[in-house]
Amino acid sequence: MQKVLLVAAIAMLFNSNQVCADSETETVKRQLDVFKKQSAQAMSALEVRLVQADKRAEQADARVQAIETRLLESNKFRSVASGQNSFNPAISLILDGRFANFDNDAESYELPGFALGNEAGLGERGLSIGHSELLISTNIDDKFFGKMTLAFAEHEGETETELEEAFIQTLGLGNGFTIKAGRFLSQLAYLNQQHAHAWDFADAPLVYRGLFGDQLIDDGVQITWLAPADIFLQWGAELLSGSRFPAGGVTNDAGAWTVFVDTGGDIGIAHSWQLGLSHWQAAKIKDRQSGGHVHGGGEAETPSFSGDSKISALDLVYKWAPGGNSKNQNFTFQFEYFDRKEDGLVTMQGSASPVEMTSYKGHQKGWYAQGAYKFQSQWQAGLRYDRLTSDNLGSDAEVLAEAGLDNEGHTPERYSATLAWLPSEFSRVRLQYNRDKSYEEPNNQVLLQYTMSLGSHGAHQF
Amino acid sequence: MFHQRIKKVWLVALCLLLSSNTVFAQLNVFTCEPEWAALTRVLGGDAVKVYSATTAQQDPHHIQARPSLIAKVRRADLLVCTGAELEVGWLPLLLRKSGNGNIQAGQGGYFMAADQVALLEKPVVLDRSLGDIHAAGNPHIHLDPYRIQQIAAALSATLIKIDPANRNHYEENLQRFAGEWREAISQWERQAQALRGKRIVVSHNNWVYLEQWLGLEKVAVLESKPGIPPSSRHLAQVLTRLKQHPADMIVYADYQNNKSARWLSGKTGLPIEGLPFSVSDKENLIDWFSRLLNQLSGVGNEH
Repeated sequence: MQKVLLVAAIAMLFNSNQVCADSETETVKRQLDVFKKQSAQAMSALEVRLVQADKRAEQADARVQAIETRLLESNKFRSVASGQNSFNPAISLILDGRFANFDNDAESYELPGFALGNEAGLGERGLSIGHSELLISTNIDDKFFGKMTLAFAEHEGETETELEEAFIQTLGLGNGFTIKAGRFLSQLAYLNQQHAHAWDFADAPLVYRGLFGDQLIDDGVQITWLAPADIFLQWGAELLSGSRFPAGGVTNDAGAWTVFVDTGGDIGIAHSWQLGLSHWQAAKIKDRQSGGHVHGGGEAETPSFSGDSKISALDLVYKWAPGGNSKNQNFTFQFEYFDRKEDGLVTMQGSASPVEMTSYKGHQKGWYAQGAYKFQSQWQAGLRYDRLTSDNLGSDAEVLAEAGLDNEGHTPERYSATLAWLPSEFSRVRLQYNRDKSYEEPNNQVLLQYTMSLGSHGAHQF
Repeated sequence: MFHQRIKKVWLVALCLLLSSNTVFAQLNVFTCEPEWAALTRVLGGDAVKVYSATTAQQDPHHIQARPSLIAKVRRADLLVCTGAELEVGWLPLLLRKSGNGNIQAGQGGYFMAADQVALLEKPVVLDRSLGDIHAAGNPHIHLDPYRIQQIAAALSATLIKIDPANRNHYEENLQRFAGEWREAISQWERQAQALRGKRIVVSHNNWVYLEQWLGLEKVAVLESKPGIPPSSRHLAQVLTRLKQHPADMIVYADYQNNKSARWLSGKTGLPIEGLPFSVSDKENLIDWFSRLLNQLSGVGNEH
């Protein structure tokens, strides 16, 4: 507008002709009118757009309102539908069955240099059901979580029930602390924290079989502390009763104890790892019984150990999943190393008096390494190698041999391969082959196993 | 006298340290999926430090409770996840192992997006023979912008509740976001008018909220049951059905295995598109939705 006026003024100044000046004013007036009209149009267009925007905002709000109303309705519906059983704990059942075939008799199984106890052994030949487990767990209130696992197994024609886990655990105690009490899987090493049905192989590594009779479970209290760091760093300790293998009947109050430290993290999006160091110790063990070296038709004599026992372990786990998606493809490598030192006395219970006994200084080592590769969303293959060594000394070599603690110059080892079909997250059918050289006679073993999980969704443990 | 002065200096220094701490202390927010990370970032601004447990390239159901995740949850002030059992395999484990009281279920720092909105496809029958179904309903709610708007309001309220000092900041952020979001919705709806009534074949049943919003018609799902890879028999059935009633396109989340989708595309000649299922690194929600809609609108027009 100002520009137009300015132009008009300049034109007036320079035009001496009156007529010409009149026509110039007319032009300016007309231009002004046009401009007024244009701005009015623009204003009304703006108003229309504003009204439209308001309307759209209203529409959006109305739709949100509609969803909110639906939420209220569905919530109402939910409370009616859940009713009585909404506070039932999460229940799941693991069904496990197998067919096993061994070259050698399962009865003659031994691990020279290791006194076998607990559940150590090959299991039954032919068709059998393995460990069926019933797991019940839930948040008790805002402070505690509770879990129980009952295992059912068939043993010599009788169904045995075993309380595998029964513990409570604090929820969000604060500052990274968690306390667990009751019966639980010890956090010693790595594989020990997992239930057998979650393992990538149908049987325990030889070193677990030799030292723990497959798994270290005990009653007690566990405390863990998670450091407030970007990297995972967890310290923990357990005070255990020591009443179960491999402590087995401790007379002092302290029983057994463990300490452990775990660290881990990610490398990029596809790789993750965990490294752990742990130690288990039991002092003054009294009468830990185990299966001995069986002589053909000999008297039933049971080796019994009394003394101190220490186990140190190192575990390393590495996992790979392309793009962090483990569903279609993933690879897991794990390695664990154990070292046990024992000092005490071994007696042969049930032997004719004078009771056979020997002083005992044991040193046993074992490790395994395994890789499991899921190459398709429903297929997984695995390879494992086991190796044990021992160097046990005693005053009476004959008693030591009878107790199964003489390695007979043999180094137990085993090669295993598996192929598993995983129709869904809840089912698995697995074929496993072992070339087992636990003792002098190599043993070819074939296992065909199914493991199914019913009920509540299981946890995706690392 | 001198000692007193020293004491005073210390006290002042301490006060400064404490006050500076409260000024610069950011809320540590642990989110399970990248869409919630993006939403929390826009609502929290510089008052929050956000970590996402997964990326748009990961299936949020198949995650393990990795050590790195446990370490992150340990330090979280707020947990923002989808809920509705999407993270059932790993989130409860993370919570139990974290030893962190702020973010346990029922606490102020526990925020589940699915609790804030009504869910579609709540199953009438719960049976695993139907696949990996979610009892609470379909959890992939982030594909409906109206639900996002509703979740944003609830999340902002949660931020204010656990960090009342920054109330104004959060309120301003929400207001700004809501305005931009509404504007974006109307733009998307204009753009997507051409998509209304399009017949689509999906790989996994995770697009229901988008279908409902845009008026897309789902004619077939390649997975006969959620979470279970399609069998060849089911694929053959889908193929015969498509021959009788043709569809417009096949879509899948770009992190998913697209073998079956490609096979079907080859047999039927239908265009196939891998869509971004969530926000990619550093992207905001509006850009992602625009990208998703652009891709969807462009299907079949490339030739």
